[in-house]
Amino acid sequence: MRLQVENLSYSYGDKKAIDRIFIHVAPGEFVGIIGPNGSGKSTVLKSIYRGLTPDSGKIMIDGEDLSAMSYRKSALKMAVVTQENELPFDFTVEEIVAMGRFAHHKLLDIETSEDKLIVNSALKYLGMEALAKRSYIHLSGGEKQRVLLARALAQQANLLLLDEPTNHLDIRYQMQIFDLIKHLNIAVLSVIHDLNMAALYCDRLYVLKEGRVVDEGVPEKVLTPKIIHDVYGVHTFIQKHPITQKLSITFLPEKQD
Amino acid sequence: MNFKRHFCRKEPNMPLLICILFVIALISLILATGLGPVRISPETTVKILFSRIPKIGEIIPKTWEALDQNIVLGLRLPRVCLGMVVGASLAVCGVAMQALVRNKLADPFILGVSGGAASFATLGMLFGVFSFLGTYFLSISAFCGAAITIIFVYSISRVRGRINITQLLLSGVVISMIMEGITDIITLSAPNALGLHSAEFWMAGSLAGARWAYLTLPAAVLLICMTVLMLNYRGLNLLLLGDESAGALGINVHRLQKTLIFISSLMAGVTIAVSGSIGFVGLIVPHFTRLWVGSNHKRVLPVSALLGGIFVVWADVAARMVIAPEELPVGILSAVIGGPIFIWLLVKTNRKTV
Repeated sequence: MRLQVENLSYSYGDKKAIDRIFIHVAPGEFVGIIGPNGSGKSTVLKSIYRGLTPDSGKIMIDGEDLSAMSYRKSALKMAVVTQENELPFDFTVEEIVAMGRFAHHKLLDIETSEDKLIVNSALKYLGMEALAKRSYIHLSGGEKQRVLLARALAQQANLLLLDEPTNHLDIRYQMQIFDLIKHLNIAVLSVIHDLNMAALYCDRLYVLKEGRVVDEGVPEKVLTPKIIHDVYGVHTFIQKHPITQKLSITFLPEKQD
Repeated sequence: MNFKRHFCRKEPNMPLLICILFVIALISLILATGLGPVRISPETTVKILFSRIPKIGEIIPKTWEALDQNIVLGLRLPRVCLGMVVGASLAVCGVAMQALVRNKLADPFILGVSGGAASFATLGMLFGVFSFLGTYFLSISAFCGAAITIIFVYSISRVRGRINITQLLLSGVVISMIMEGITDIITLSAPNALGLHSAEFWMAGSLAGARWAYLTLPAAVLLICMTVLMLNYRGLNLLLLGDESAGALGINVHRLQKTLIFISSLMAGVTIAVSGSIGFVGLIVPHFTRLWVGSNHKRVLPVSALLGGIFVVWADVAARMVIAPEELPVGILSAVIGGPIFIWLLVKTNRKTV
């Protein structure tokens, strides 16, 4: 699954949220979007998963124009995990995950045993099968997040979009979820806040600042003290970690006079 | 006894549950037909009903009086059937509205349908504006009022080609207030007191004027809307997740929203035209159903339709029994009976979850 975003712009009223963005994700690639608050990361992702209609620009999945696709078809090609939002109605975990199968059905279809199997294995993959009959609204934030990821897996798309999916999770689940996603070997485009996580898991990174892509490339190229200072305004010490062989970023407090 | 297992909310035995509710609905239909200021035994009612079926009817001995037959077939049965249809429509319409605005507090009249219908209907009743429409002037004028309100509310709530749900709710509330104001102006300047009384009786919701001819349209609308909703039950479930998630899971949110607005307006408009605005049913029945069988619309839609029908039939029985031979508007009773049930449910569920 190849994703290409060309010249994407969107503004909220007069304010340009994102401005002429180019992004591409190759099959099997894990790509991260980093940048400070308000830099337009989520707007980029929302435009791609059709939560917003961009003002201009083109989004192509496998060479096909997204805006001409039916919602059903685009849901077969990409799945999304957003930050957990409030659900005012009560569903069981199993029901929530089964919703991921929506695009695979036509109007008159009934749920098949294959659907059940896919839902169960998605739950199992995330270690949630014991909670299948539990009610979703009574789960903890971390459990909810994992249910939403299970739903995205049940969608069986080859492109996964993640909007800060591990925000509410403790370090163990953060790493567990990123490890699981990495093992899926599908194309992933993820907004990531934690730069160390980005260095650890991403093949390539896009750096956003004030709605523009200011840098892109492998973590070793992008995550330098200078770029991080330009974008976030903080001082860092960066080294290759001897065990992970990935970059490790240490944030330094403001120098005391 | 594995009663609990069949009816727990996680995995209720749906075919069994629907069958039981269906039987209860049927029994209610027969019992309610016999109840009223003139009481007719269930046995006689059944006999009269069966006598109308060709072939079987001929072998039933005619042991009842002609008066009973007239009451059953001409007055009670159409009324009870209408109650069933109206109750089911209101409940299903409430479910659809709640899915549309993602809020359990929505009811069929939240978009101002009842206000619009009431103002047009009172105009017709008090000043005879629509008398050229003949015997069905009330229904037709109420429906026109409802339709005009909905079109108005809908066109206000469109922002850049999409429906803005907040704006939809706000404009619904405001238009409804405006229409109520207009209704008040009309009733206050009414020329006759009798018209005023009947207008108020109608506005409070009543099935008293039921005739067979009133039944066809609401029944057909209920059947069509229910079919469309059941075909889209997965879409309704997705809609509860919010626009963005629903779209990402593969549904055309705006098309479904338009369908829901159209369907629920149609149902609300048609029911209000035959029975006035019977409140509360569209709010408590879906709520109670969700507590019982969960939020999956595959279960919520049929169960709330049956429960709504049963509820209104019995509320209407009470309406004609409480101060017999006088009648109360069933809308008042549904509020007086339904309100306390609703409060009890709220208190009970809050205790359980907190």
